Amino acid sequence: MDINSIRSQFPIFSKKINGKPLVYLDSSNSSQKPLSVLNSLDNFYKNEFSNIGRSIHSLAVNATNKFDETRISIKNYINASSKDEIIFTKNATESINLVASTFGQKNITKGDEILITELEHHSNYVPWHYLRETKGAIIKFAPINDDGDIIIEKFKKLITAKTKIIAITHLSNVTGTIVPIKEIVDIARKKNIPVLVDGCQSAPHIKIDVKDLDCDFYAISCHKVYGPTGVGILYGKKKWLEKLPPYIGGGGMIGEVKKDKITYASLPEKYEAGTMPTAEVVAFNESIKFMQSIGIENIMKHEKELTNYALDKLKSINSVSIVGNPKNKAGVISFTMKGIHPHDISTIVDEDAVAIRAGHHCCQILHERLNLTATARASIGIYNTKEDIDVFCKALNNCIKVFGLK
Amino acid sequence: MDLKQLYQDIILEHGKSPRNFGKCEKFTHYGKGYNPLCGDQVQVYLKVNNDKKVENLTFEGSGCAISMASTSIMTELIKGKSIKVTRKIVFDFINMIKNTSEIKSNDLDEDQKMKIMSLSGVKQYPMRVKCATLAWHTLTSAIEGKNNEVNTESTD
Repeated sequence: MDINSIRSQFPIFSKKINGKPLVYLDSSNSSQKPLSVLNSLDNFYKNEFSNIGRSIHSLAVNATNKFDETRISIKNYINASSKDEIIFTKNATESINLVASTFGQKNITKGDEILITELEHHSNYVPWHYLRETKGAIIKFAPINDDGDIIIEKFKKLITAKTKIIAITHLSNVTGTIVPIKEIVDIARKKNIPVLVDGCQSAPHIKIDVKDLDCDFYAISCHKVYGPTGVGILYGKKKWLEKLPPYIGGGGMIGEVKKDKITYASLPEKYEAGTMPTAEVVAFNESIKFMQSIGIENIMKHEKELTNYALDKLKSINSVSIVGNPKNKAGVISFTMKGIHPHDISTIVDEDAVAIRAGHHCCQILHERLNLTATARASIGIYNTKEDIDVFCKALNNCIKVFGLK
Repeated sequence: MDLKQLYQDIILEHGKSPRNFGKCEKFTHYGKGYNPLCGDQVQVYLKVNNDKKVENLTFEGSGCAISMASTSIMTELIKGKSIKVTRKIVFDFINMIKNTSEIKSNDLDEDQKMKIMSLSGVKQYPMRVKCATLAWHTLTSAIEGKNNEVNTESTD
């Protein structure tokens, strides 16, 4: 894998931030975009723009075909059984809301239980909370240990006859924990409970095979997978998507509309009401091609090496404490520094063009569990290098200097 | 803008050893502030006497150096001032952080002005403005006797 050739595909790395080369360590938040994706957006709007699925002129036919090509690419990329199982949404948040709302309507009544975990991002908690408010559902949180791993034995014990769905992250955006989804699904299968996986953090970094995982739903945000903003994916097993009611109503998702009766379109259009982010979906096909051109095995190897390098370097800075120590960790490193608040760390390293995130990362439950109000987070993407980590660690040492702690 | 202007010694010192930290006795007013973006929170406790003077002002909470220093300096400056003057200083401070980078108040002595001006560098860091203003908004809410929590997302 040629890292220089990968970096050269990202125009943003030729820009200077505060007069210095950008060290982007905020890919868990959102990834940067390769030129092929940007060119696709530009080309589509300049030369090929039309709405899809409605008109029958040449531009519309071409746009519709291209839109569908991305769907097929995604289907192949995550190994779904059919392109009808791939629904385009706004982002993973909307994908989870879609399931919570439609599944909840049909299958949740007062006292029913939804099992999530202490690792979840707010987007895999708040949508279920709505069902607690509107339907009287009970939300249970599977606990983690201090390393940031889900305690499987305790997870099993939280499953009861009332558990209607399990919603769980594939990869924590705070601790970097890679959750053993196959094991979780295996447990759920025995009790006939569907599993929704929040794949927001995992999709850009590890292999996704929904057939192998055997999960019922899988949510992805394309902007984290080197793609444009405004596009998300919901994978759902056909048996569910056919059975569940529609979500957003409007044009494009209907069969026949009468004054007294409406029928709905078949999959996948049933869940794609209104004009979709057409150019962005078309451009996302280039993101998949970009990922495929490197190969997920190479991506995983590069990011693992870099994560280990970063962890070793960070451990050599005395005042740094890494949050969690999961068995299987991806390139998401949250940390604190003695005597320096994460917000101050972020402001100070920004002066050296190092982009990290500070705060609770939309995981207040997890921070509370770990007795932290805020953490700083460096997260790795395919374009990062050991030099990036070196500049980052040097910038952390500068924080200590600015605060006069050494 | 360089970091030294933001992280002046006085800010680092107040951030490290905040003044008037804790819950004061017999407080008459209380306010709670919260920044949902970072999870930082502050509680302010005021003891206002019959002459409408702030006899005591203390705080509890956690946050970055900017928010802790801003809160600490606020408690030092406001203690002993009347409610009327307090409102003027709060207005002046927020105006300084957001607009002018200057303090015009006649109600502060030179030393106090220098202290409050040490926070003026925050204006150059828009993402940090809320860190500096949270406690001041919370103080206003406490004076007005509002029981609702101040939220940085609804104050600016």
